[in-house]
Amino acid sequence: MGMIMFDDFFIRALFAGIGLAVVVGPLGCLIIWRKMAFFGDTLAHAALLGIALAILIDVSSLIAVPFVTLASCVAMMIAKRTPSLSSDTILAILAHSTLALGLVLVSVTGGRNVDVNGLLFGDILAVDTNDLLVIYAGGGAILAIVIWQWRRLVAATLSPEIAEAEGLSPQRTEWLFMMLIALVVSIAVKLVGVLLITALMIIPAAAARRLVTSPEMMAVLASILGVVGVIAGLYGSAEFDTPSGPSIILAGALLLLGLTVVPRRLSAANDSTAHHHHHDEAGHDPK
Amino acid sequence: MARDNIDLINLENAGVRRDNRWLVRGIDLRIRKGEIVTIIGPNGAGKSTTAKLAVGTIRADEGCVQRQAGLRVGYVPQKLHIDPALPMRVDRLLDLTAKVSLDQKKQALDAVGAPHLATAFVQDLSGGEFQRILLARAMVRRPNLLVLDEPVQGVDFASEAMLYNLIRQIRDSTGCGVLMISHDLHIVMADTDTVLCLNGHICCSGSPDSVVSNPEYLRLFGAHDTAALAVYRHDHDHIHLPDGTVQHADGSISESCHPDKHEHNRDGHDHV
Repeated sequence: MGMIMFDDFFIRALFAGIGLAVVVGPLGCLIIWRKMAFFGDTLAHAALLGIALAILIDVSSLIAVPFVTLASCVAMMIAKRTPSLSSDTILAILAHSTLALGLVLVSVTGGRNVDVNGLLFGDILAVDTNDLLVIYAGGGAILAIVIWQWRRLVAATLSPEIAEAEGLSPQRTEWLFMMLIALVVSIAVKLVGVLLITALMIIPAAAARRLVTSPEMMAVLASILGVVGVIAGLYGSAEFDTPSGPSIILAGALLLLGLTVVPRRLSAANDSTAHHHHHDEAGHDPK
Repeated sequence: MARDNIDLINLENAGVRRDNRWLVRGIDLRIRKGEIVTIIGPNGAGKSTTAKLAVGTIRADEGCVQRQAGLRVGYVPQKLHIDPALPMRVDRLLDLTAKVSLDQKKQALDAVGAPHLATAFVQDLSGGEFQRILLARAMVRRPNLLVLDEPVQGVDFASEAMLYNLIRQIRDSTGCGVLMISHDLHIVMADTDTVLCLNGHICCSGSPDSVVSNPEYLRLFGAHDTAALAVYRHDHDHIHLPDGTVQHADGSISESCHPDKHEHNRDGHDHV
């Protein structure tokens, strides 16, 4: 109460971040299990090209960004069939050429004062009601599909071979997964920017890993930790007047660090204090 | 009972063509209910292609493929690496491809002698345990056809014998057909009804005994090692468990190898 006065924009940012974190949790887990972090990065770079195109030809970024990210997915699938280059190389080429093209296009249209910083690191505080609608409607749809297809997504991740033999067509599931990532990146780019999207997706999932015993638990916990990261990051950014996108990611990273490193230290420390305690009891009675 | 004789799978003169090359051609393969068929052949002979053709994950470019309507396949892969980032316990692995009841899970784990592993993490299992769990996973949704890709590769002798016993027990109790892939006739299960010797086409087929003496088989696998030409048979009807007790072919456990009651009691298992 009364620590900081929060305006509407802050509340909107909070809601936007929370909505996105919930959607991104399960997808982040799948990205980790499939070792596809770089793929998310590539799509994020492609999203910047989408924004640049939207400015250049004056269409809504709501159309241009998903169009470019989905097109990149297709390009990647086609390029994957060229066995002369590894998928790693293809991803890097695609990521950086779309980023470069995006930045060039942005500078061409520079007369309109495009905030490149905002593109790279996001501007969650600039979220308006329309954006919120997109996040909750679009994100809700993505989450619904993820839940509906969850068993297939996990099966195709764990063993495409088994999934295929038992009639689940994992190839189709992989397509679906890539498109879902493309769409969620399209939504997220405005909030956390091109450079931080992958982090937003995988940090909460990684933080959840050690605390869970099933893929489902990990997905749910990733969403919860993502929400915690968003709230802590946004309040932190207001408190310390730091940029919001990086603050959210930083909060998530600290949470990850706390959940992985500290518990081990703590349990080790507990052991030694227990010994200490024993010693003390012989001397005097602790009140 | 007449339905029991319906073929699960029937391939006639089936072939798969990729990049202007026939991977396999002229494949005749028939699997009936309760039958065990083993495909053998050297690397690149098209064993996996043939299995995929049978299961239906790839289409035949020529010939005829028939599958029983509603055929349910249970698949045991040759190798499976599960990323440590994926938290996966045995009981969750059992409903990987379809939701199954707790009861079905329990039955499947009991069948492979691993009820105690239900909550173990798959990454912590030994090779032999993992193999059994993969078998339990494949049988948990009660398939009509069990497909195993080199199931005993890299498994020690005791585990191999145990695995074959399990496969036979599953076949006997559920009546499913079994399709096995092996690169080596020496480790073909003795209960195999039909062996298909493959090298892009079917070199020869028949009972394990008839295949081993077939000149086509000798040409493919060489006759340099006469000892190797005997079909490897599992005369072992018991396995020594780690705790010193002995598990017999009928699944019973006793203190020693030869309790007097244990004399060829194969529980009415009749050979065709």
